Amino acid sequence: MQERAFAKRELYGMAACFAVLGVLVPLLHVLLPSASALHVPSYIIQLLGKFACLALASLALDLIWGFAGVLSLGQGVFFALGGYCMGMYLMRSIGREGVYRSELPDFMVFLDWKELPWYWLGFDQLWFALAMALIVPGLLAFGFGFLAFRSRIRGVYFSIITQAMTFAMMLLFFRNETGFGGNNGLTDFKRMLGFSLHEDGTKLALYVISIAALLGSYAACRALVSSKFGRVLRAVRDHESKVMFCGYNPRDYKLFAWTVAAVLSGLAGALYVPQVGIINPSEMEPSASIEMAIWVAVGGRGTLIGPLLGATLVNAAKSWLTASFPDAWLYVLALLFVLVTLLLPDGVWGLARRIGARASVRSSRTPSVIAEAPAPIEPTEGEA
Amino acid sequence: MSAWQESILFAEGVSVSFDGFMAIRNLNLALEPGELRCIIGPNGAGKSTLLDVITGKTRPSAGKVYMHGRSIELTSRSEYEIARLGVGRKFQRPTVFAGHSVFENLELSQAAPKGVFQSLLRKLNAAEREKIDQVLETIGLRDERMRPAGLLSHGQKQWLEIGMLLTQDPKVLLVDEPVAGMTHQEVQHTAELLLRLAGEHSVVVIEHDMDFVRSIARRVTVLHEGSVLAEGSMEDVQRDPRVAEVYLGEAA
Repeated sequence: MQERAFAKRELYGMAACFAVLGVLVPLLHVLLPSASALHVPSYIIQLLGKFACLALASLALDLIWGFAGVLSLGQGVFFALGGYCMGMYLMRSIGREGVYRSELPDFMVFLDWKELPWYWLGFDQLWFALAMALIVPGLLAFGFGFLAFRSRIRGVYFSIITQAMTFAMMLLFFRNETGFGGNNGLTDFKRMLGFSLHEDGTKLALYVISIAALLGSYAACRALVSSKFGRVLRAVRDHESKVMFCGYNPRDYKLFAWTVAAVLSGLAGALYVPQVGIINPSEMEPSASIEMAIWVAVGGRGTLIGPLLGATLVNAAKSWLTASFPDAWLYVLALLFVLVTLLLPDGVWGLARRIGARASVRSSRTPSVIAEAPAPIEPTEGEA
Repeated sequence: MSAWQESILFAEGVSVSFDGFMAIRNLNLALEPGELRCIIGPNGAGKSTLLDVITGKTRPSAGKVYMHGRSIELTSRSEYEIARLGVGRKFQRPTVFAGHSVFENLELSQAAPKGVFQSLLRKLNAAEREKIDQVLETIGLRDERMRPAGLLSHGQKQWLEIGMLLTQDPKVLLVDEPVAGMTHQEVQHTAELLLRLAGEHSVVVIEHDMDFVRSIARRVTVLHEGSVLAEGSMEDVQRDPRVAEVYLGEAA
């Protein structure tokens, strides 16, 4: 019963958070004069919109790592692919306003290409770009996951090949011939559906959409993990061979969660790019994917709320530190990861939960149990 | 020995070799429906390997395992398919899902459609809920239903695992050393459980504890160096001088 009470409190907490972010913040931005102390300035809106996308990517990683026990260190690929799909749309909607006044994106003119490559066709439509931002990462993940899970690649071996995948994709996208702007990537975006990306209103709209996407994805993930599917998935994480002897095929379960995670990452990337104004292969750097794992670890694996918290905390720290002490950031990040791994195996949110549990035990004087036992990183049977 | 045509489980000429070491050599075994069979043998006789072959964990280098006479072949199928066909296995160490509640453990093992989309959409129906409640009663864990299984005692975990096999409702139940590390009372309780299971299910028990085997066995198969050394009632087997030599002599 205690568990239920926890779940309920968490749900109310989340609802309050989303109400503040999705309704109150935009209202404070729009209604109050900029002189007011409570006015939310545009740069905060932009920052929060960015964080919402990163939190969504973090949530996706938690679904596959925290609940299925599959540590992906290549989630940046799916994020970047979603971003590139959106970037292609934004490039196309620049129209003839580029430096070369051509119908083609500037980098193609620069490369002396005469016409649009076939795989750019259709990207002048937002709906098409959005669909691709979900389908392309999903398909890549499905194919990759099918092969990897069928060969029963697990644990660190899986993590390593996801690093290899993101590195290979980065090299591919670095090449000018690939047709995505090489190392400069896609940038200098002007407008989206006719609205200028530099207008406050457009920024606010993108922010609200990002928050809505985050809320929707959170609700979807919550439904996933609290269904029987979620219980089987956690069982796969804790004891894969036993799951097989119960008659489930763990490959299908992992593949489904892995593909959903890739699609959500793609969505996050697609919403991220118009807000930051650029997408380039650095998003596919192996370190970018590892950073995502740090967000999840800091927030708390296997909790859904943890990764949202972790992504926000770490990125807020990053925004502040890279501006104030640019040299210190990587050391801080590494230290954070080491400390969290050693001291907080279930992250900041796990800590908060334990404190909450202890407090409620003290107040009600009834024995209680923590809702979810912390997940072992490695499968229990030494089958990695 | 009964004819293989009527057997629920039939291993025919099974051999398993690990880098040249023959863990099982040309083993034949037929299990009648509803039978309770004990398999005994010294360490390294191939008992656990045999279970691995039946459940699909290990592929035999020769021979086949069938269900229902020769109508379903198991050796070419994967572990989860074999489980769906009705072969349940209880491991030596109690293996339960430690982070799931007792109830959820029973739910996961329960006989039900086990595909991804079915798990996404299906809810437990009243009959399934009732079945789980019944099993909770049988294994004496009704008051622990919401507890994480990892917090149960060793004996309770063993019973929970047996309970999981009950909800799984397999045709053939393979049990690996069920009473290892149990108290005397728990051993008795387990013996009763297994005897109750036989009849409705066919049960294969691998055990070292000879007193326990004596208390439940009707038919005993003795393995030695990977093949069947003797088979028959406990008395017959005990009287067999070869068996006494390799195993019972030292155990008694």
